[in-house]
Order: sequence, then C-alpha cells, then structure tokens
Amino acid sequence: VATMANEVILLDFWPSMFGMRTRIALREKGIEFEYRDEDLWNKSPLLLETNPVHKKIPVLIHNGKPVCESTIQVQYIDEVWSDKNPILPSDPYQRAQARFWVDFIDKKMYDAQRKVWWTKGEEQETGKKEFIELLKTLESELRDKTYFGGDDFGYVDIGLIGFYSWFHACEKYGNLNIESECPKLIAWAKTCMQRESVAKSLPDSEKVIKFVTEIRKKFMIE
Amino acid sequence: MASDEVKVIGAWASPFVMRPRIALNLKSVPYEFLQESFGAKSELLLKSNPVHKKIPVLIHADKPVCESNIIVEYVDETWSASGPSMLPSTPYDRAIARFWAAYIDEKWFPSLKSILKAEGEEEKKAVLAQVEEGNALLEKAFNDCSKGKPFFNGDHIGYLDIAFGCFLAWLRVTELAGGHKLIDEVKTPSLSKWAERFCNDPAVKPVMPETATLAEFAKKIFAKPPA
Repeated sequence: VATMANEVILLDFWPSMFGMRTRIALREKGIEFEYRDEDLWNKSPLLLETNPVHKKIPVLIHNGKPVCESTIQVQYIDEVWSDKNPILPSDPYQRAQARFWVDFIDKKMYDAQRKVWWTKGEEQETGKKEFIELLKTLESELRDKTYFGGDDFGYVDIGLIGFYSWFHACEKYGNLNIESECPKLIAWAKTCMQRESVAKSLPDSEKVIKFVTEIRKKFMIE
Repeated sequence: MASDEVKVIGAWASPFVMRPRIALNLKSVPYEFLQESFGAKSELLLKSNPVHKKIPVLIHADKPVCESNIIVEYVDETWSASGPSMLPSTPYDRAIARFWAAYIDEKWFPSLKSILKAEGEEEKKAVLAQVEEGNALLEKAFNDCSKGKPFFNGDHIGYLDIAFGCFLAWLRVTELAGGHKLIDEVKTPSLSKWAERFCNDPAVKPVMPETATLAEFAKKIFAKPPA
C-alpha cells in the first residue's frame, strides 16, 4: 500500500458533522486529499455512482474505490495509514468502548440537535431537554480526561467534535447556554479545536448560523 | 479462571442476541447464557447497560460490552488465536463488510419488521417491495464479497454472515405469515444456498430458534394491543 500512488477524493458538504469526521481523520494522518463540496439539492453523478445505496455524503474515494459511512471511513483510514497517529486504541476492550460511544453519538446526536434548531414550541422544549441530557451523558463519560480515550485524541473525539460547530446555532435558535450546562464538555471541545486537523476541518460557527438561518427561512413554516 | 468468565445477557428469540453467541461458538469460548424474562429487565442488565438498557450484553471478566456488532468485533479481536478472523484481511473489504452490516440494521431489518406490522394490502405490498429490493442488493453483495466461497467472509462464517444470518429465523416466520417467499432459489439463488449453509453450521444451529417456535412467539407479541 505504501508504494501505491494515493489518490484520495472526499465528496462532502461543508456543514456536515459526519463529513468533518473524515476530514479530521485524513488530516490527523497527514493525507493529501481532494475535497469536493456537493450541492445536496443537485447531487453529482459521481456521488450517485459511488453511493448508490444511500446517495449520501461523505464518500471517500481511495484510488477509485469508494468507502461510505463516516465511521467506517475513519476506521478505514486508521487501518490503511496505520503507521502514524492511531485513531482507535489497540486494546480490544478499549476499542469496544470507543465504538460504543461513537455508535451512541450516531444514534442520538443528530436528531436531538436538529430538534433544537429546527422545531418550535413543545417539540423544541422536549428537544432541548433531550439534547442537554445527551451532552451530560457524554460529559460524564469524559469525566476529567483530556480526551474521551484519555491522553490521546481519538475515535470518540473525532466522532463528536463536528457537532460543536453547530452549538452556537443551537444556542441562538434554542435559547440555550451549553457552556453553563456542560462546562467540561465545552472545555474538551476547545482543547480539540487547538489541533490543526480539527481547526481546519470545522466550519466557522458564524457560517453555520448563517446556513441554519437560511434553511429555516426557506423550509420552516412560520 | 473465574476472573475470565464470559456471560451473555439475552433472550432466545432476539436475533441481535444470536450474534455474540454465534461469535463465541465460532471461537469455542464457553459462556453462561443469562436469559432475560420477557417484559422485565434484570438488575444486572440495567447495571451493565445503563445507557440503552438493552440486550445483548457480553460480560467478560466483569466488564460489559454492549451493541451486538461491537460485541462480535470484540470477540474476534480478543480470541483472535482461537479461530479464523471474522473480518476480511484488507481494510477495503472490511469497510464493505461493515457497510452492509450497517445497512442491514438501519434499513433492511426495519423493513422486514414492518411486513409483520403492515396493515392492509397496499401497505404490505409497499414494504414487501422494499425488502425485496434490499434482498437483491444483498444477493449482489454476497456474490461480490464471497468471491465464489461459501460465506460473505469467504471460507468461514464471519461478521457480515452473522450480522445478516441472525435474522433468518425471523425471515422464515415472516414468509410463513405473509405466504410470500423472500429468499429463494429463483429470486436470490446465492443467498438461498448461503442461508442453508449458515443455519446448519454447528456454531449457529444451537442458538437459532425453530421457525415454528418463533412463529408461536411472534403471534403472542404481535397480538398485543397497541400501548
């Protein structure tokens, strides 16, 4: 694998917390890649061809072969470029724990966060409660560690950090103060943001707020 | 040694519970099966899986591992010396196996379940079409992954065989209830043969419920009035 010319293309959408995972993983490993932003309302033939089952981003195309699903891409990247910055721990039990928490994030975070900025009234109030509860569960798993895995940045950090770029939008439209509810989690997020791979891969909060504002204007029934 | 004891908390009818049991059998790892009673959750379950409170849970040397596919990978990695690898050897093939396992859980199984819950002919037809579409995708996936060998994983049962095969008893129950074949020699010839092989494997046979027994159980649980 080391002797092959590596052509890496990432089909993505700049505000996607899922795409952010793959961007971070590639940058952690120092891999050169071509980033292509998709218009999700007008999907490219390449996207439809490389992910015919789900037609979703992100899609990682490595030497012409597509890998779909962000968590699968991160594991793939870790396995192919195994010589530096390991993402998953080496101990089987620690690996199972890391996979569990990323699975938890996958099952719950997107929908919970969405309810905060996309709904109103009763639904939004319930959504806000669920969202904060979720963050508190994650915060208690983090405890006093620097990163979820301990001293080293890894799989769970990568799985979660992208959602942080949407926190200001949630605070604005959900009338929340996340830092007062989950100070340790915000401290963790700021630590992650100090890493070049993360800083380069997450969009500016203001840009996300602008995006959410536009979406709400276009699609939300006032 | 007592400290290396393996326990599985589960229920006989759950396809998800079957997954770790098959994996442990493939690696010849003895374990204690702790059957949960239907409708009530044990103290041990709530303590071992406080986040989801769901089965299966694997407890190894008093440490819990949750989520069936995650447990299978854990078993494969922990007892790597005790049997062939459950995942393919190349990162790309592993990514493909994981992709289809995720597809099965996110799309295929929910559509299979909706056949049993469907009301009226229109709805039934729609969900059946979804399942058949999925089966066609999985038939192709089998041919691509197996590369002429007997299982998705090649010569031996692996992660994706387990992820999909655990649903075969429920699939048969659904076929009986609906009077409609879903996996057969005409529509899905490769899967049809694979299903035979999978169900008859000594690691699978002891934990796969008999179709008739499961059908009885299904009648009971689906006969419940809506909450």
